[in-house]
Order: sequence, then C-alpha cells, then structure tokens
Amino acid sequence: MAKTYETVIGLEVHVELATKTKIFCGCSTAFGGAPNTHTCPVCTGMPGSLPVLNKQVVEYAAAVGLATNCTITRDCKFDRKNYFYPDNPQNYQISQLYLPICRDGHVDIELPDGTVKAVRIHEIHMEEDAGKLVHDDWDDVSYVDFNRSGVPLIEIVSEPDMRSAQEVIAYLEKLRLIIQYLGASDCKLQEGSMRADVNLSVREAGSETFGTRTETKNLNSFAAIERAIEAEKNRQIDLLESGDKVIQETRRWDDNKEYSYAMRSKEDAQDYRYFPDPDLVPVHISEEWLDEIRSRQPEFKTEKMKRYREEFGIPDYDINIITDSKKTADIFEEATALCGKPKKVSNWLMVETMRLLKENGMDAEDISFSAANLAKLVNLTESGAVNSSVAKEVFEKIFAEDIDPDKYVEENGLKQVNDEDALRQTVEEIVAANPQSVADYKAGKEKAIGFLVGQTMKAMKGKANPEIVNKMLKEILSK
Amino acid sequence: MANVISDETIEYVGILAKLELSDEEKENAKKDMADMLDYIDKLGELDTKGIEPMSHLFSTGNVMREDVVTNGDGSEDTLCNAPERHDSAFSVPKTVE
Amino acid sequence: MDLLDMTAAELAAGIKSGSTSAVEAMEAVIARIKKSEAELNCYVTFDEESARAAAAKAQSDIEAGRLSGPLAGVPVAIKDNMCTKGVLTTCSSRILNNFVPAFSAEAVRNLEKAGAVMIGKTNMDEFAMGSTTETSAYGVTRNPWNTEHVPGGSSGGSAAAVAAKECFFALGSDTGGSIRQPASYCGVVGMKPTYGTVSRYGLIAYGSSLDQIGPLCKDVTDCAVIMEAIASHDSKDSTSMNRSDTDFTSALNDDVKGMKIGIPATYFGDGLDGEVKNAVMKAVGVLKDKGALVEEFELGLVDYAIPAYYTIAAAEASSNLERFDGVKYGYRAPDYEGLHDMYKKTRSEGFGAEVKRRIMLGSFVLSSGYYDAYYLKALRVKALIKKAFDDAFAKYDVIIGPVAPTTAPRLGESLSDPIKMYLGDIYTISLNLAGLPGISVPCGIDSRGLPVGMQIIGDCFKEKNIIRAAYAYEKARGRFPDAGERMAD
Repeated sequence: MAKTYETVIGLEVHVELATKTKIFCGCSTAFGGAPNTHTCPVCTGMPGSLPVLNKQVVEYAAAVGLATNCTITRDCKFDRKNYFYPDNPQNYQISQLYLPICRDGHVDIELPDGTVKAVRIHEIHMEEDAGKLVHDDWDDVSYVDFNRSGVPLIEIVSEPDMRSAQEVIAYLEKLRLIIQYLGASDCKLQEGSMRADVNLSVREAGSETFGTRTETKNLNSFAAIERAIEAEKNRQIDLLESGDKVIQETRRWDDNKEYSYAMRSKEDAQDYRYFPDPDLVPVHISEEWLDEIRSRQPEFKTEKMKRYREEFGIPDYDINIITDSKKTADIFEEATALCGKPKKVSNWLMVETMRLLKENGMDAEDISFSAANLAKLVNLTESGAVNSSVAKEVFEKIFAEDIDPDKYVEENGLKQVNDEDALRQTVEEIVAANPQSVADYKAGKEKAIGFLVGQTMKAMKGKANPEIVNKMLKEILSK
Repeated sequence: MANVISDETIEYVGILAKLELSDEEKENAKKDMADMLDYIDKLGELDTKGIEPMSHLFSTGNVMREDVVTNGDGSEDTLCNAPERHDSAFSVPKTVE
Repeated sequence: MDLLDMTAAELAAGIKSGSTSAVEAMEAVIARIKKSEAELNCYVTFDEESARAAAAKAQSDIEAGRLSGPLAGVPVAIKDNMCTKGVLTTCSSRILNNFVPAFSAEAVRNLEKAGAVMIGKTNMDEFAMGSTTETSAYGVTRNPWNTEHVPGGSSGGSAAAVAAKECFFALGSDTGGSIRQPASYCGVVGMKPTYGTVSRYGLIAYGSSLDQIGPLCKDVTDCAVIMEAIASHDSKDSTSMNRSDTDFTSALNDDVKGMKIGIPATYFGDGLDGEVKNAVMKAVGVLKDKGALVEEFELGLVDYAIPAYYTIAAAEASSNLERFDGVKYGYRAPDYEGLHDMYKKTRSEGFGAEVKRRIMLGSFVLSSGYYDAYYLKALRVKALIKKAFDDAFAKYDVIIGPVAPTTAPRLGESLSDPIKMYLGDIYTISLNLAGLPGISVPCGIDSRGLPVGMQIIGDCFKEKNIIRAAYAYEKARGRFPDAGERMAD
C-alpha cells in the first residue's frame, strides 16, 4: 500500500504598508510616475546618505502585532541583510533579524468544516522594499527603477502550522482582513502589496519530525498559491517515493507553466551576514506609546458581527458580507446612522455595490463613494421620490462619481411621476396605440398588461410610478 | 592557535564580497586574514560573559520622522552619475537568464 | 605678517575689518599650492578658477553684508570623503573616479554657512583605510616637514595642506585616529569630537559607528571656532546628538588650576618611541606647572582595542562599501559577462589592496558561523573598553598620552606589514570605540626634525575640558615652528 503523506506549510507574508512616505526617507510611496522620480539619495544608496525611520511604520507594525496577539518588543533594532542585487541600491536591505518588533502571536482561522484552528506567528519584522527591474525584450540588459525602493514592508512569519492549501488561504484571508481593518495596507496580491512565500515540506503521516523544506516565491494570487502548493507537494512526494532527497532551496513559481524551478546559483551564497545597522538607533516602544496604539485599534470583524446582530437586526448573511471589509462596514454604519434604514443600506451594499465591484474588477477597498450619498439615495427611494429602476441608475452614478443624488435627480428631472392626472394622458395614448395588446388582455391574457406598463414607462422615460400606471391601466381596460 | 584560511574560504568570501582576486592576491589574502584572525583571537582572553554587545554607544531615545512627503522628483540627481542609463532608469546586465 | 601665517580666526578678523580680503587670502593659498603641490600632492581636486570665483563671491557677499559668519572668507580644504555638491568626490578611490554628488555633506554646509570658502578636496587613504595616505589611488601625499616621510592618515592630505599652508584649515574624518595621527605627524592641531557631535550626513562611510568629522588647523583657538561652526544636530543623521553645549570657544581659557589629569601608564610602556615619550611628558609637566593635578593610573584593556576595532570597522566597512557596484555611480569595469562578473570586475578593479583586505576580513567575520565568535565578541569588548574609560573619567577631567608610538615613518615603510601598521593606532583607536573626544596638539620635534603630538582625551561630551587643557598648554608652549624653511618663501 502506498504511503500517505502530510504536507507541512509555513508562510512568509510581505505586506506593503500604506504610509505616505518611504520607511527611511521623505519620498512618496505613490504608484505610477516615470522611473526614479520618487527617489532621493537615501533610497538610491548614494554615498553619504543616511536613513531616518518613519514613525508611522512602527505604529502600523505594532498595530498588526497587537491584532495578531503578538508580544511587542519594547526595544527593537534594525539589522542589515547583505546581498548583491541591482534592485537593492545599497546591496544590503535594512530589515530586522535579532530583535524584530513583534513575536509569538497567533490568528484563528475558520476551516470549511466550521472548526477553528490557531496558526502561530513566529515574528513580524519591519523592512524596506526593493526597486523594480524591467527586462529588455531584445537586449541582454535590465532596467532599474528605485521608485519602490524603500517602501515600508512588514514580513509576517508563521510557524509551520498549516497542512493544506485551504488552511493557507484561510490564514491569508484572515491576515488580509485584519490588516485592511487597521488601514495598514490594502493587501492586494495582484498588485504586490501582499506577497506570500510558501515554505513547504512533506512527511509520512504520523511522523513527528519535519521533512526538508523548500521556499516557493512569486505567488501573485490565491489561485497561484493553491496551484503552487499542490505542485510542490507532489514534486516532493515524487522525490521521496523514488528514493531521492528534497533539497533545501528557494524555488520560483511560474504560474503560466504551472511549474517551479530552483533559484540556486553559485553566486548566491545565501549568507546574509546580518548585523545591527549602526546608522539607526534602537526603537523604544514605551508603555504610553503602546497604549496609544492600542487605543486606536479598530473594532474587528468578529466584534462587529456581534454588535450588528444586536443593533441592526439584519440577517447574518448580510452581516458577514458587509463586515468582510472595513470599507463596507464603515459605509454601512455611517449611512445607517444617517437614514435609519439598515436593511435598505445593506441591500445596496450587498447587491448593487458587489455587482459593480465585480464588473469593474475592483476590491471593496477601492470604493470611493460616500456613505452620505448612499443614505440620501435610500431616503429618495423610501419617500417614493424615485422609482427603483431610476434609483439603480442613480446609484451607478454615485458608485462611479460620488454624485449627490438629490441634486442629480433634480437636475436630470428623474423624480418619479406620481400625479395621476399627469400620467392619465400617456396611459390613454398607449392604450389607443396598442389595440392588439388591449384585445389580448380582454381575451384573458393577463400578461399583456405588462407590455402596456412597459410602453408607458418607456414613454415617461422611466420616471412614472409603475404601481400607479398598473392600477390606471386596469381601470381603463376594465371599462 | 594559528588560523589557517583555506582556498575554499577565500573563494567563498570572494563570492560574498563580490571580489575576484588573482592567484597572488588570494595567497596574500589567505595570509593576511589568518594573521588578522590570530590577532583578533586575542579577544578570547577576555571573559565577556554577561556583557551586552554594545552596538550603539548612547541611548538617544527614539529618532523618527513624521510620515510627511518632503521630497519631489529626484530622478535627475539620482541618475546623473549612472555609468549606463536608459531614459530614466539605470541599465544593468540582464538579471534573468 | 605674511597672510599665510595667519590662523583662520586671525584671517577672519582681518577680512571682517577690511585689512585683507577673501580674494587676497585665496590668491595667497593658490600661489602656495602652485609652489608646493607638485611635491606634496595634498589635493585630489583643486580647481583654481572655481576657488578664485568662490572667494570673489564671498568677498562681495561680505562687503554687501550678506555673509558675516565666524569664518567668512576663510579658504578651507575638505577631505575627499565628504560629499560636495557639483564637485568630484572620490574617497581617493578609483571606484569613485567620476562621482559628482548632488548634495553637500552637512558639515560642509555648516562651514559654508559660517562663511568658509572651499579650495578643493584633499587626498586621503582610500576610503579612509590606512594610516599613511599611501593607499590613495591618486598618489601619495608627502609630509611637508620631510618629504621622504608620510603625512600620516587617513586625513593626510588635510593635515599636510594645513602644515604647508596650502589652506587655512581643513576638515578631516577620524575612524580610528585619522585626524589626530596625521595632525601629530604634520605638527598641526586636529580634533575628533564626541561621536554624534558633527553630522555624518554626506560623509562617505567607512565604519559608521566610529566615523566622526573634525577640524585640522593651526591652533587650538581655530579648533574651537571651527568646531562651533560644524557641530549641529542634524535630523538627517539618526546618530546625531542634540547638544546645547557646543559653544566651544567659551573653553578657550588659560586656566588649568585644579584640573585632574590622568596619565595612563600603559600608554607610555613598550613600543613608545623615547623621544615621543619625553616630549609628551614634558608637555604634561607644563600643565602641572600651571596648577593641574597629574596622576598616573592603569587604564585597562589597551591591548584589546585594536583587535576589537579592526573586527568592527572591517565588518561595517564590508557592508558600507557594498553599494559601490558599478550600477548607480562611479566606475564600471569595461569588459564583463553578465551581472555578477560585472560586480566582481568593477569592485576588483575599482578598489585598492588595503580596501579589499578589510572588505574580505569584514565579510568573513560576519559570515555564517563566525558572527558570534568575532563580531559579537568585539562588541562586548567595546562595552568593556567604554566601561574602563567611564571609570577613568570618574577620577579625571582629561587623560593625556601620545597620539602615535613614533613620529612620521618614511614612505613605503608601513604598508608591507598591515598588523604593524594597525599597531600604530593603539593610542587613538579606543576613543572611537568609546565615542570619546580627543585632540592632538604639537608638543615637540624629534631629532629627525619631525613633529610630535600630544593627545588629550576627554569624556563623552566634554570637549571643553580638552580644549581648555590644550589651550593652556599652547599658551605656555608658545608658537610652534613651521614645517621647515623650504616651504616658506
């Protein structure tokens, strides 16, 4: 009988922090811009330049540590990690090895079967990102852009506590949720603001010792992570089954080819010669400072869900979706406070907002409309001032441009026509112009009335109150 | 105890330091490094148990900046010394095979 | 009085009063450089026209009342490891043979604010690694007292330029004695301030935890004036200290009555040249005569400073010098195959032997398996050395000893045996490990006609004590001779 194997996975997750400036200089972290426009002597490793730490980086890192149940290191230090690569301007990366800012935490993940599992966090450290390399298609050269060089990162290192791709995804989702709630990062895998390297080994089921692990890099989506885990697990099992050994190495995943390859080279000794950076002083996090950071921690999903159940009386299904992003939860709470209609607000968020996000390939974090305008729209529909189809049209404008719905409806004459006198003439014209439908209806085809309502709405440019039109048609046709 | 530096060690340190030494330089480096290490081994005479390694001299308190953008477009200053540049990027030998 | 015989402070006063001008001072310096530079090679970069233009601008700014700093109009030479905006900055290395910084070092900017006018950039040991200024990629600098001898190093160009009157004062940097030792060899005053007193922003790093910028100048008064100008709290340098006691000229006080002076016996033992010993002891006697309380004591751990220093300095240097890789600035090898070959050829062709030696050693002591045994051990010894000085300064206001075991060696004598050369740093190096300030003051001339320096060491942030002791000694000593008649007109 074939042996059964267990997969053991630990993750190194890099998260780009949402600071305005880089970790050690006053350059902008904004995306875009021609190569090297967001650079200065510090982030390009000019001789004589010196780093000065961005305070916000420490606050974000500590906040993530608190939210993941870590112990905060009161006196942490930065170390230099030495390796040569053109995207690394000093040829050392300023990172933390010996005294990282956070240690010994955990997050609870919920598995599909409903069980809860704790994934331990070994440490979280602060470091700087590298620049970008673009490879010339024709020539044997690469181009170096230091705009991203020095953008602050935290690296969250888990213990080898995960056993499947599903657990890995659940862990990443949980981290993303926490970090997004903190506003510390938008955590987008595709854009690289969240990056996961997978440390994976296999062992015979029941074994107590770990097998030799590999590290797989370049995973840009949850789907890629799943595929890479599956492929690496099988590669290692095949090696062991054929009597070979797994080599401890770093591998690069190619998601197009669904294949990983070793990144080893003779020039890559992987001996980083870490030592404390003499250009930076240790960071002391006092009790007061930590309290301040703690007091700013937001209400997270679990607490929010509990409160929503008690406060708003909307279905759990809604609550779960709304609280999946702090952005939607914030809009929900603010709009509800303004209009007092939680379920109506929830509906707009659950249905139309989610549809538009999906259509535009956006995340909830990308929402740019204000809760105030959504609340106004709820009021407009509730008061009958606009009908539901017009409301949808208005919402699309709110979603895209955050327009004021009161003004927009007014300016574009979209108010629902409820006045029977104003509607009667149009209804009569439609009846006169569609004798066949009238005959059908009178012959018992009740559905024919739908066509007549539609024609009336069309003639009224969608603004008519469909209920009144329906009622009026029935009156006329029954005469 | 006299340190002996092997060819492999010199080769390895050369890879770390990105230095390519001639055979003569390698021989000299082996001797220099061994001599220096013999000398540095003198530190072993001192009992330093319980002594905290002193990476920083003074406790200055925190030195940090506020998260405020202070730098504008620095590309010309960044690139003006480039040995080889391509538009507004540095040009290097291809980094992937 | 010949203009070139003036100190920086005297010249500044003369320019201010209108008895001379920045232009006259610069012309005098230019004439002197033209006369002696071919022999001495103090400068790596000297552009006569831009020096002249800068002096003319300074003079017109002074006359218009726009420039009135304490060094307004005084020509200064800058060691070539400090960035100077728009002016070639090489660290005396081939690897930076074409590097023109886009910004100036903070210390240089502070001097500009004080009104000083830059003449050019002075020669040094490559990346400040050396004690003789013989490791420069741009030729050796010779000692103005005797051109068969070295000027010391690594700030040898700055010290020789001051001694030869090719400038009125100069900036140097001191990682293990690189200001004090050449000052001693060249018969000028040189000071390393407390770590963190002068911003390191724009100083091209050798050993970041040890490097400090300081003045090389003609007398102690100049030293205090220049220190006042260059000391500043710089938010760009995280290790810069915020001090409120940088009014160093207030310590120019000819009174050492009751000052407690410690004489470390270990600084006067084997290995110290007899003539140097006598000159320093005689100078200590002068201070004693003026009322100072002199006591001999045992300073521990002196023999461990050099191995601890070379471990830490080499480790930091190996990392600091990684950025010189042919990608962003400086030299790139002309022929290579692929990225790593480009790195290796660039660095192997760009760095000299001493720099490579220290990079190799530093990379080794940090490498996997050796970090604890070498690097951490050295940091622990550093803590012990600091403690030994703390104990000494609990008893003494200043400590006095020699700067170097001998006067300036002959050219070519030192490089053949690196360890012997490193041993020459024995009296200066522990100050860098412990962050202490120290000053070198000329205190005699040996039988070969070479100057001897006395080192006065203070506790951290106590520059004023050493300035006071140095000033009192200098007053009693009187004028120190020039670097030989041959350099004069």
